[in-house]
Amino acid sequence: MTIISVLLILSCLLLLGSSRLHVAIRVVAIQGLLLGVLPIVRSMGDIHFGIWILALSTIISKGILLPWLMSTCVRLSGIRREIEPFVGFGPSLLCGTALLGLAVWITDRLELTQAQAPLVVLTSSFFAIFVGLFLMVTRRKAITQSLAYLVMENGVYGVGVSLSLDFPFIVELGILLDVFVGVFLMGNLLFHLDREFEHLDADKLTELSDLSGVAQPPSAGFNAAEEKA
Amino acid sequence: MEAFILGCLVPIVLGVCVLPIRRSKAAPWIAAFGVWVGCGIAAVPVISTLAGPVSPALQIAWSMPGGSLTFGLDGLSAFFCLPILLVAPLAALYGCTYMAREKKPLGSASFFYNVLIASMLLLLTARNGLLFLVIWEIMAISSFFLVVFDDEHAHVRQAGWTYLVAAHIGTGALLVLFALLGKQANSLDFDLMAKAALSPTMATILFVLAVIGFGTKAGFIPLHVWLPEAHPAAPSHVSALMSGVMIKTGIYGLLRILTLLGNPSAAWGWMLVIIGLVSGILGVAFALAQHDLKRLLAYHSVENIGIIALGIGAGLLGLAWDQPALAMLGFGGGILHVLNHAVFKSLLFLGAGAVVHSTGTRDIDHLGGLIKSMRWTAVTFVIASAAISGLPPFNGFVSEFLIYLAALGGVRSEAPGTVILAIAVAGGLALIGGLAAACFAKAFGVVFLGEPRSSHATHAEEVGAAMRWPMVVLAAACLGIGLLAPAVVKMVLPAVSVVCGVPVGALKEAPYAVTTDLAMGSLTGIVYVSASLLVLVICLLLIRRHLPRGKEEAATGTWDCGYARPTARMEYTASSFAQPLTDLFRIFLGTRKHGTAPNGFFPQPTIFETQTPDAAREYLFAPLFRLIDRFLSPMRRMQHGRIHEYLLYIALVLVLLLIWKAGGAQ
Amino acid sequence: MNTMHWVLPLVGWVLAPLMLGIINRVKALFAGRRGPSVWQLYYDLFKLLQKASVYSRSTSTVIRVGPSVVLACMVLATTMLPWGEWQAPVTFLGDIILLAYLLGLARFATVLAALDTGSSFEGMGASREVQFAALAEPSFFLGMLVLVLHFGFSGLSEMVSEISFETWQTSGVLLILVGCSWFVLLLTENSRIPVDDPNTHLELTMIHEVMVLDYSGPDLAFILYAASLKMWIFAALVVNLVVPMHSLVPWLQAPTFLLGMVLVMVLVGVVESILARLRLLQIPKVLVGSALLSLVALIVRLMG
Repeated sequence: MTIISVLLILSCLLLLGSSRLHVAIRVVAIQGLLLGVLPIVRSMGDIHFGIWILALSTIISKGILLPWLMSTCVRLSGIRREIEPFVGFGPSLLCGTALLGLAVWITDRLELTQAQAPLVVLTSSFFAIFVGLFLMVTRRKAITQSLAYLVMENGVYGVGVSLSLDFPFIVELGILLDVFVGVFLMGNLLFHLDREFEHLDADKLTELSDLSGVAQPPSAGFNAAEEKA
Repeated sequence: MEAFILGCLVPIVLGVCVLPIRRSKAAPWIAAFGVWVGCGIAAVPVISTLAGPVSPALQIAWSMPGGSLTFGLDGLSAFFCLPILLVAPLAALYGCTYMAREKKPLGSASFFYNVLIASMLLLLTARNGLLFLVIWEIMAISSFFLVVFDDEHAHVRQAGWTYLVAAHIGTGALLVLFALLGKQANSLDFDLMAKAALSPTMATILFVLAVIGFGTKAGFIPLHVWLPEAHPAAPSHVSALMSGVMIKTGIYGLLRILTLLGNPSAAWGWMLVIIGLVSGILGVAFALAQHDLKRLLAYHSVENIGIIALGIGAGLLGLAWDQPALAMLGFGGGILHVLNHAVFKSLLFLGAGAVVHSTGTRDIDHLGGLIKSMRWTAVTFVIASAAISGLPPFNGFVSEFLIYLAALGGVRSEAPGTVILAIAVAGGLALIGGLAAACFAKAFGVVFLGEPRSSHATHAEEVGAAMRWPMVVLAAACLGIGLLAPAVVKMVLPAVSVVCGVPVGALKEAPYAVTTDLAMGSLTGIVYVSASLLVLVICLLLIRRHLPRGKEEAATGTWDCGYARPTARMEYTASSFAQPLTDLFRIFLGTRKHGTAPNGFFPQPTIFETQTPDAAREYLFAPLFRLIDRFLSPMRRMQHGRIHEYLLYIALVLVLLLIWKAGGAQ
Repeated sequence: MNTMHWVLPLVGWVLAPLMLGIINRVKALFAGRRGPSVWQLYYDLFKLLQKASVYSRSTSTVIRVGPSVVLACMVLATTMLPWGEWQAPVTFLGDIILLAYLLGLARFATVLAALDTGSSFEGMGASREVQFAALAEPSFFLGMLVLVLHFGFSGLSEMVSEISFETWQTSGVLLILVGCSWFVLLLTENSRIPVDDPNTHLELTMIHEVMVLDYSGPDLAFILYAASLKMWIFAALVVNLVVPMHSLVPWLQAPTFLLGMVLVMVLVGVVESILARLRLLQIPKVLVGSALLSLVALIVRLMG
């Protein structure tokens, strides 16, 4: 379990520092796999059928399906890298260190014992939530923002697994459905965004606001203008 | 004790004697002679206090209300006197030749120099709040007059103003501090103040006031803004004294107040650790961006004050967490760094002064290749550079090692606070040390090595003996303190005992003795390795000399990748050398770049320059002062020059006071 | 200081050039060549010591003194390396700090000698070198802090002599993380791919290799030998950390240590052959990342 949490932390740090999108998607897929294995490792003693279903569904949806959907989006839109985020990659790593400290502090304040929840898993899950929020705020591309949403959901899932194991099945399915629908919708949006506007920068979405005037006319060309090389 | 006071008075007397003959060439020499004699006399009680028992305090009655002329010399005061007694005479001797070329009369500068030395020595032994403040003010004023020696230049006048304002902001905080503390203790004598009972909130307020007041003098960020202005503007031997010795009086004041405030809380220690870390890292980052040699050295003073604050913060945490080892080693490292920094920083400023004296410019990018013409200056400068980067076998390594020992030795896995302290100290000191080595590689490399970059540097000459010998003595001290580390650390122990609040004898018993033995063991190991390093280097040099066995050594040009006409201007400049690192810190530095890129196939000459103004000054103090100016400028209407209205003001106030007093008396 | 313990640095002084030969051989095999002999560096050193030196007219005493200082620092640093339970001849509380700063002194001397030539190439290399060193030092100290937290603060020899199979079972993750962090430092400080290319002298790869451009003859021999000693020092630190020699029988420990060194060299050769050199702007991120590895290890240790 320590190894899983350490790999979770390291994968989040890699997301903060890397600009290449297919690396990020692969990292999120690995995170999904790790989190799928987590309930099995957590309840080493008495594994019943529900745990297997939980683990399997997590691995399939978070580890295989959603990353596949994301990489299809990336491939069709032709974007390969995140460039010029609001906070540069080096400073992002340093902010990640601060967020890691925050996660440690919060875990410390909760005053749980090791029996109730493995502390390292809790720390790494909180860290994943913070990293997801941070990435959503500071990255420009809509694809990265949906990726960040996935990371945040991974963190929430991790917190849930470490705090209690007997999740009502329906609730967990509901969460997964949320994620699935969210990403599906965003994927569609990205497709259509791609067809209507020239840029995939989410901050250009502000131009849709009624206050700032008429929205941009649909431009010619299916592929995004940037990131061809 | 009387001998000490006598030693302080001799320089003042000789300084006053110099004033009538201030136009003669002999004035600085006579004043310097006074400094040598005075420091010699004062050294005797200082050494005896460090070696043995503490002499009793001297008390003379004084007519000022609340004040008394009480002087005392304990371990802490004695150790802080050591830098003054070492550096002041050497700098005075250096100053005689350095200023010899000036057209202005030198007598007043020599007088103020002597007053400065005497006031610093008396400050360190003052035991009364009012006396302390009076001497503090004398110190500030005399150093102000020394800073504005070259007052025909506008930037020197500006620097003097900045210094004066900053010093008085600090003194203002100190006034409040002593007033509050004196009110609690009903007396301004330090002995009685130490016995006063203080509530924790009051103690914290007093501590914060002390940090602001003494921190302005010491140079904590963001109160450091006067340092990069005043130190380059002053003559070099004055800069050496100010940077090496005067800012340490701020650290002394902070430590003295700590002894009066009772048990520290952990928050105080964390405050100092954070201040130390920020000052250290930002100080050296700003130093990397400078290309004025003396301004670079001034920022390094900020960095080293940060290291000292880090050590003292670690010591305070040791006192708060009841870990005697952490307290001893933290304070020991911080206080030893005071002495070490005094030695190598003074040496650096004296070397920079020699360079300026010889070439006429302070700009690093106009120098180069000076090692061939100024050999002595170069050798002493490189020794000081290695010392300030904390490299063995010199003295900077010893004090940094003690601070490392404190933090790493205090780590307990069940106390997260100790781990955070260890991360801050180990990571912070490592980063600061690496950046300092980078900055001094830049400073020494660009100034002394390579080829001269302009005509200033081609016509340089080595400086005279009176300027050389002080530098050689200080360089020998750098190496000597490094090689004699255990003996020097023994001298720090009395000061540490005062700060930790234990009598000196208690340091020989457990639990302190264990720490002392371990530290001494490590220091002995370091001394052995340093000595073997020196021996090994000499052996290798001898082997190397005998190796070619009769073959000729050839001389050629530097490999230039086939470029037919390399010039000295194509060498790496200081800004280029530091650019990767200054880029990393660009958020904090705010460097402004002006220049045009060369274009075309055969580009014309072009210009590129960078400027790094002080961020605290630009973004914190300048807007603050503009705000104050906006609020206060309406009041300027009162100052219109009409005498009748001024007389009216005086008459009105007098009448009002009379009415008030008469009305109240009934 | 036992006289028997001096065997440890003696073996290091003798075998260090062999290690660099092993790396070059592994790289050649990966590329499908036969490659130079593993003893090549010995032949090179012997040849260089016979030659005379050529000095640039721009240089001064600094470049003549520099190589001796560098070699002296490296030689002394090797005397502080333990082999598992075998203690180093020089050991005291906090000796690992002295080791790090001796390497810093060697780097300072190298950089000054590079600036002495007055060439832009060396200036470029020196400036990059000090940047990476400033970022690599905190990484090294954080890794050391993990060791201190786990084993208590004492000399390096005492700290690593406790590492055994039980340590791996309870805190194996810590050892792996710090080992990876120190391995990245090994690649950085010894100018290996992906940080720097030891084979070319092009401007893009000018970090360590370019600083030695103007040395020749015995000076170059000193510098090359000191570089091999530096590689030995970093590899010894990694091997001491990772191999649980406390659990082995005493007569097996020395051969295991040497085998570990050879394996580390093979690993370096493999890494150099597989990876491409990173862009210079990415290297600070790598160094911060290796510091973060140690930080994560610290957090894992604190969280229990």
